[in-house]
Amino acid sequence: MAAVIDNAAPRAGLAHDLGYLWYRVRQSPLTMAGLAVIVLVLAVMALAGVLAPFDPNHVSLEQRLLPPSGAHWFGTDEVGRDLFSRILYGSRLSVSVALFVVPVSGTLGSLVGCFSGSIGGMVDTVIMRGTDIVLSVPSLVLTMALAAALGPSLFNAMLAITVVRIPVYVRLARGQALLIRELNYAKAARAFGGSRWHMVSWHVLRNAFPPILIQASLDVGSTILMASALGFIGLGAQQPTAEWGAMVATGRNYILDQWWYSAFPGFAILVTATGCNLFGDGLRDILDPRLKGK
Amino acid sequence: MASLLSIQDLTLEFPIYRGSVRALNGVTLRVESREIVGIVGESGSGKSVTAMMVMRLLVEGSYRARGSVTLLGQDVLRASEAAMLELRGSQVAMIFQEPMTALNPTRKVGAQMVEVIRLHRGLSRARARTEAVALLRDMHVADPERILGNYPFELSGGMRQRVLLALAFSCQPKLLIADEPTTALDVTVQRQVLLLMREKAREKNAAILFITHDMAVVSQFCDRVYVMYAGGVVEDGPTAEVMANPRHPYTRGLLGALPDRTGSRGQLEAIQGSVPDLTRLPEGCAFAARCPLVREACRQRPPLVVTDPAGRHRAACWAVQEEVQAP
Amino acid sequence: MNTPPILTLRGLQVRFPAGADWLGRANEHVHALNGVDLDIRPGETLGVVGESGCGKTTLAMVLIGLIKPSSGTLERNGARGGSANMQIVFQDPQSSLDPRLPVWRVIAEPLHVQRRGLSRAELKRAAGAAASQVEIPPDYLGRYPHEFSGGQRQRIAIARALISEPDIILLDEPTSALDISVQAQILNLLNELQRRRGLTYILISHNVSVVRHMSDRVAVMYLGQIVELGTCEEVLQTPRHPYTRLLLESVPRLGVPVAFDAVSSSTELPSNRRLPAGCFFRDRCPLAREGCDRPQALLTAAGEHRVRCHVEAGQP
Repeated sequence: MAAVIDNAAPRAGLAHDLGYLWYRVRQSPLTMAGLAVIVLVLAVMALAGVLAPFDPNHVSLEQRLLPPSGAHWFGTDEVGRDLFSRILYGSRLSVSVALFVVPVSGTLGSLVGCFSGSIGGMVDTVIMRGTDIVLSVPSLVLTMALAAALGPSLFNAMLAITVVRIPVYVRLARGQALLIRELNYAKAARAFGGSRWHMVSWHVLRNAFPPILIQASLDVGSTILMASALGFIGLGAQQPTAEWGAMVATGRNYILDQWWYSAFPGFAILVTATGCNLFGDGLRDILDPRLKGK
Repeated sequence: MASLLSIQDLTLEFPIYRGSVRALNGVTLRVESREIVGIVGESGSGKSVTAMMVMRLLVEGSYRARGSVTLLGQDVLRASEAAMLELRGSQVAMIFQEPMTALNPTRKVGAQMVEVIRLHRGLSRARARTEAVALLRDMHVADPERILGNYPFELSGGMRQRVLLALAFSCQPKLLIADEPTTALDVTVQRQVLLLMREKAREKNAAILFITHDMAVVSQFCDRVYVMYAGGVVEDGPTAEVMANPRHPYTRGLLGALPDRTGSRGQLEAIQGSVPDLTRLPEGCAFAARCPLVREACRQRPPLVVTDPAGRHRAACWAVQEEVQAP
Repeated sequence: MNTPPILTLRGLQVRFPAGADWLGRANEHVHALNGVDLDIRPGETLGVVGESGCGKTTLAMVLIGLIKPSSGTLERNGARGGSANMQIVFQDPQSSLDPRLPVWRVIAEPLHVQRRGLSRAELKRAAGAAASQVEIPPDYLGRYPHEFSGGQRQRIAIARALISEPDIILLDEPTSALDISVQAQILNLLNELQRRRGLTYILISHNVSVVRHMSDRVAVMYLGQIVELGTCEEVLQTPRHPYTRLLLESVPRLGVPVAFDAVSSSTELPSNRRLPAGCFFRDRCPLAREGCDRPQALLTAAGEHRVRCHVEAGQP
């Protein structure tokens, strides 16, 4: 027996895989930049309480609309709240939205998509036409309409974004299911007599996962943007909660003389979304060729 | 007279995560003009990489190379990209295993041929097209005009290889490198393509460097052969001599593993074990772990030693060396 | 042979719709199999040899149940009554194993599908037993396919085929993607397994040497038909059909030089969309003459040796 496997490499464990991933990430400066942003945002989110010099909701009317200074790094808003602290705390909301929306929409959408692709026939057609309808409406408009219908609150905003996002994953997962069905190992499974359910649970789900993961990582950036957009029109988190989009919106009224009010929250949105996108892109480049290689 | 191609002690490494893959480990070979030289080996032997290095087709920066590769007097490892571009396609041509991927599937064959011919010979479009027709006819294609109007997917594998051969020969190269050109083809088509290659090479005074894993094809087609294993040459010499009288244990093992050799259902001589990990090559002979003749000396890499009086058949093996040196 | 055949094929035809008219109805068909009759005897190895377009892949798909024949019958007669169990080993060990399943699951899959309700431990144990048959040690079963070499993966595929205790194993180009030395190991393993377990093999390959080495009987296919059938010696040593002769001539053999001016007959297959009226091989056949314009039947040349050529069978 030893003759057959005599030089197999030691078991490539999780540590090895992560080490390799890190090695690939290091090779791409943009991906590293994206990762740095993500780490920074997560740190801010966790340590907002420690890092914020002021209470974000502390009103102080004598301090209203102050420009950036040594005391208030990003200036203050129209009721004297420190913008820097509000932006730090605001990160929690933006990130939470993404952490809710992406996994939920991703999981629900993928399950429906895998199921649809594997079952085929009338069920598949109906589901596909359903997604067609939803996807034909511009997503921002639809999200806003849904959020408005549900009522302005952070949770409703998250719900609206999730619902509108689901069809994207349904399509993606269905495409993967169709692709996987034609691969040799799926054919082998059919040859052994595997039922459709067996195909989904044993083969489709786990092989469709990487492309879905890549889409999800790219989605984080767009979700943050979407949440900010909703906040901008007043459908997200309500006052006095600090939320980047809402802050940009309110800052509009003061933009001519107090540029910092909209600029800094806007910049926070920009940096976070870009960082997520860069990292998602990099992840796709790393995962894809490796998939082919395997 | 200087060789057309001379590779001296070429070592090639690809840095990867936590180490590097040593694809070539001191390869020495040469091709003289008008010869048909074969490189035979299994996966991991380095035969394809050798072919790629001759024309320096590997991505800059993805590898580290030591040694020398001299192609038509040009030092390939140190030449400028401009100098390499000069060589590629016009003095040295290459055809690969998968003709489908060498041709752009979205453009008609004629357009692609004309483009290549114009690139290398600066002819007008009309002249280039006439030339393309002539080249195809030369490759025994019955209806060249029609083929030019086809897309690659409309052609059979054998026909596609003929198109690629026509392109390869279009600039009268002195050396044609063929990397498993017939492996993906049916056996009857394979014979046609091989005969065609040989005929055209002889006609146009070109040498062929033929890379394959198929010993039988090598024995029928090549004047000389190099047997490669784990990035090194283990045996070389005139084909008939090497096939009839293999000296290296690996070559013997390979020939013994061919199903044609034994009677029906007999036990085939399978070389025990498997190819070494190229990221962790052993210090000594790469074949030692699987060799029936392994001995103490094998901890050191054996040099190629001449085994026949004419001095043309060599094997890299301590056991062979002992035999040869014994009175 | 008096034992009843374990597999019987009669008049198997497979057509795929190709082009369609404006109403969406198929107006052209690809004729992949054009009447295959075959009896496969228990315990034998039947080699099916042919080039691309001959229909051997389609035949494999029909045998394994992935494609339904357009007409004709397929019967599997197990020794214990009921349907004989047939499993398949595919050509490419890389793509035929799910890269995201640990190898014990890959091997145990057919068992799980056929006998639901087996526990994880039972499946693992069965996988271990099958793996030891192909010399893969059980402690490697938690690894993933990409951690194994090509030859090892093919062994895993063979273990997978063995786990449900099949009567027949369909080997679809089992060694074409493997190195020569690895091929030798796998062929030795297959022979050993057949001896030990009394398996019937259907070996489909374009590699004549492998077929010659492994088979008891050989069927040569051309354009969806069997053009010659007989024992391995009869067909591959003394071929009767002109196509078989052409095929065997073209196979490179060690030490046998190819004549510089070997006759090159046309190598293009006739279209399988519009099948030729008479003998399919007529355009390329050196023996073509009167009588070849009628459809050819598989005739007996001598004893068990059958050939689809009226000239060679001596019946003008």
